This record gives sequence, C-alpha cells and structure tokens, in this order.
Amino acid sequence: MTRSAETDRIERTGIFQLAGEAQGLALVLPQALSFWGGLDIETGDIIDHSHPGLGQNVAGRILVMASGRGSSSSSSVLAEAIRRGTAPAGIILERPDPILAVGAIVAEFLYDISMPLVVCDMSGIASGDRIAISLGEDAQAMVSKI
Amino acid sequence: MIGQCGKAEHPMTLELGVDDQSMLQGEQGPAVAAAMKILVAFSNAVGALKLLDIAGAHIDGCLYHGQAGLDFVERLVEGGGRVLVPTTLNVGSFDLIHPGLVKMPAAEEVPARRLMKAHLELGCQATFTCAPYQTRFRPAFGEQIAWGESNAIVFANSVIGARTNRYGDFIDLCCAMTGRAPAWGLHLSDNRRGQILFELTGSFEPTDALFVGVGLIVGQRSGDRIPVISGLPQPRDEDQLKALGAAAATAGAVALFHAVGITPEAKTLDEAFRGMAPEATIRISRADIDHALARLSSVPDGAPLAAVSLGTPHFSHEEWMRLLPLLREVAPGSGVPIYVNTGRATLKRLRDEGALAGMEAFGLIPVADTCTYVTSIIERLDGVVMTNSGKWAHYAPGNIGVSVAFGDIKDCIRSAAVGHVVRDAP
Repeated sequence: MTRSAETDRIERTGIFQLAGEAQGLALVLPQALSFWGGLDIETGDIIDHSHPGLGQNVAGRILVMASGRGSSSSSSVLAEAIRRGTAPAGIILERPDPILAVGAIVAEFLYDISMPLVVCDMSGIASGDRIAISLGEDAQAMVSKI
Repeated sequence: MIGQCGKAEHPMTLELGVDDQSMLQGEQGPAVAAAMKILVAFSNAVGALKLLDIAGAHIDGCLYHGQAGLDFVERLVEGGGRVLVPTTLNVGSFDLIHPGLVKMPAAEEVPARRLMKAHLELGCQATFTCAPYQTRFRPAFGEQIAWGESNAIVFANSVIGARTNRYGDFIDLCCAMTGRAPAWGLHLSDNRRGQILFELTGSFEPTDALFVGVGLIVGQRSGDRIPVISGLPQPRDEDQLKALGAAAATAGAVALFHAVGITPEAKTLDEAFRGMAPEATIRISRADIDHALARLSSVPDGAPLAAVSLGTPHFSHEEWMRLLPLLREVAPGSGVPIYVNTGRATLKRLRDEGALAGMEAFGLIPVADTCTYVTSIIERLDGVVMTNSGKWAHYAPGNIGVSVAFGDIKDCIRSAAVGHVVRDAP
C-alpha cells in the first residue's frame, strides 16, 4: 500500500536540551537504553543483552526513545562516543534526560562537536525514517521527517 | 549553542548569585569558570531557576571510559582547579591497594591510572568506593549534596533522606568545583513526594533476595515516577535497602524510593504521598518476585562455577561480619575464587581487626577501589559467575561477557565449595 508523502510528513517543534542541527535515519528503541553497559563505544553497537535493540548500531542515526535509563556513567560513554564518531547524530527523547544532556554538553565544550538533544513527541517516527533536527524560532527545536 | 537551550519551555532565566557570576567570569580561575559554564548550561537544560549550596559531592568520573573523561579532568587540573566542598570518589578501573589484580593493556592502563590521580590533584578524597554512605563522608538527613553513581544516589535520597538528583559524570565534578547545584528536582521538598504505590501482597520474610526482587520490579515499573513501597518487612539492616535501591536504579531510573514505616520520609503512607492519592497502584506477589529474580540467572542449577562475586555495591563492614563466619562454617577450598568488592576504608578496618587472617585459604580475594564487573579481574570469563547482587547480575554479561547465576550469599558460598551452582532459595 502506498501512502502519499503528504500524510507521512512530520514537522513538529520540540525543546532543545542541547541545541544543534543533525540529520540521519531514525533508530527508534521501544525501551530506554542505558548507554553505560548498553553501548560499545568503539562501534556504536547496542550490547545490552536485556534490550530489544541488541545488535543494532546507533552511530550516525537519530536515536529516538522515550527516556534515558540506568547508570549515571552514561554521560561519559556518550561524550566518548561523540569524540570517536560512534554516537548518534542526534537524540530525540519524550522526557528530558539530564545524564545524556551532560554528555552532549561536555563533548561540545571539549571538542566543538554538536550532538543535538531534543525533547518532543516521538509518535509517528519509525526506524529508517530520515529525520532532520534544526533550529526553529525562539530557540525551539524543529524535528522533520524528510 | 551552550546557554541557549530550553528557552521555549523555560522562559525564566537562570538567576545567578554574585559569587556564581564571579566564577563564571573567570575571576576565580579558568577551571572554576569552565565548571560554572557547564553547570549553567546544564541548569538551563533542566529548567532550574537558581543554584543552591551543597554540603558535599560524590564523583563518578574515575572509571576510565575513554579519552573524553580524562580530557575533561586534565582541563580542570591545568586550570588550577580545586573542589570547594568535601568530595568523595567512586570506583576507578584499578585496585590501587592490590597491585597486579587488574590486568589491562598498557595503552589503557596509563590513562586509567592517570584519571584516578588527576581527581586527587583536584582535592578529592581517595575513597574510590561506590558506597560513600559507608564512609566518614556520609551525609545527614536533609543535606543538599551532588552525587553521581546510581546506587549511591538512591541510597542517599531514600535511606538517609539527603537530597541529590541523578548527577552524571562531569556535572557532579562541576558541582564540587563550584560548591553549587541547580535548584531543581529532588533538591526541592515538593518534588520528593511519592507518586506510584507498590503494594506487597502476602507476608514476606526479610530475605536478601526479597529486597533485590522488589527493587527490580520497582525499577522496571516506576518510569520517572517516585515509587512508594508498602508491605515490605522491616529490613535486617540498611544493606538490604542498599540492595533494593541498587536493583531499582539498575532496572530503571529510580533516584528515590519511599518504603512505608522504613525510610525517613515515609513514616506513614500519607507522609510518603504528602496526603495525595497515588497515580497508580501496582501489586507485587511472591510469583512476581520469583519471576524477576529468575530472569537474573542465565544458567540452571548444577552449572559448573568459575567464580563468585560479592559486594556490588561495595560490601559494608556488617556484610563482612556475616560473610566471614559463613566462610569458616562452609569452608570452601580455594578452587573457586570468591571476589568481594569493598571500600578501602572498610578493608583497612578489617585488616586492623585481623578479621581477614587465613581467609585466602577459602578462596577469598578482596577487591578494593574498583569492582569485578567494570575491569579485568576475574581470571576465567568463559564460565559462570555466581553473585548475590541484582546489579552485578544485570550488567556483568554485557560488560565482561560472563554467564551469571543469582543466589543469596549462603548459596554463593555453598556453590563455591561444591564447584557448581546450588540454590536453596530462589
């Protein structure tokens, strides 16, 4: 069944936890992932054996999940993954996560690499959709499916 | 883009005090300025309106995850940074008390050791424990603190009634360097109210496994709501609450739980919910607990055992006082190593007491400053490791590749003695 691009189109605003622009294919996780203990920083592979995304790779993707989870060491893991280029290009959450925010903020502080972190509704976004995160008016985040 | 985040949802700007401004503008040195800059960005990201003073900090940045963590601390050391409040350190990648125990390639060892030392150069205390609440730096009820390490956070909030959010690596150090934390979340009384009720149905003995099982379920099902647990039997000691909190913070994002009639902000159900109704009620049966615990083990009874690992979170002195008589009673040979992670202060006390004399004959290998699932300690990673820790059972397969059997401490020691997994209790 084909559906018009019109009905599939998503364009919505969100709140930046860390502002920036990114584009990539969505990786939607049905369950929150703890980066610490959950991600191989050398490859970006998900290694949490209890996670349904086990074996998938987050590098360069727009990671979409409801919230962050687990150990506070996830900040370091995210910052290091950003430094190595194995991190997502951007992260979309439904609920703000300060631990992921810190990892993204520090990576920008140390290496001038921006990995935007956006809080917005994730409904209608499916794995494989091409998603763009951009700067909207009043410092709002714009999330579009393109 | 730092400093521009979150304006749409939080139109109010962060209000900084005179001293905060002075730090931010570099009047107190470049390291403090960097710490304040990140703290301000973080505060904006979480929507805090001001900063508050903290009495202490616990830093979860000593575990080497790669270059970024070290780059950050070196930047602060170069900038002449010193922590402004008493600051404890979480585990590192090395056991500095037992050289040679951790095996690591030199390329990783050099920066990992440097990371631990660089934190000391910032004036942090050489505690290297995930259980700072077992040290002389334990906070008091009501104190504002900035702690990293998920089990320490949930213990401080829930069991002690001190006040911290879930601070991650970096931000905990920024708080320590400035003596400030964003005034939001669990620092504020209004946000500490229980939201979801977990009711134990039936009567339960206060076994160690019960507290782990309840912790797992509460963690899995609380989401971002603050759980209140009713029907929990009085714990034997705070170590059982430590295990509950560690399991809840592993299975979910729990930073604070209330246990009615047990934890300090929940003398009654009404106090736990501040007189409001729970948003949801979840009943926990014996079968739910058995199911949650069964999922921790990936091998059946009878599986040959490579090692036992206890002390995640770090073993307290009280736990040692229960383990040591058990070792004498069961008297396992030294065929199956029994690793016990503990804080260096606890270990020193045990050594001063002579409590560990002769214990190596039973296979006992004390581990300080680090933990068996975050670094290379366990000799045989091809086998099954038995543990009494829900947290260890959850993370070890992904971190170090072992198979896990969960059991209480007595079953762990009995299994070590016979060389395969035996369990009386689920």
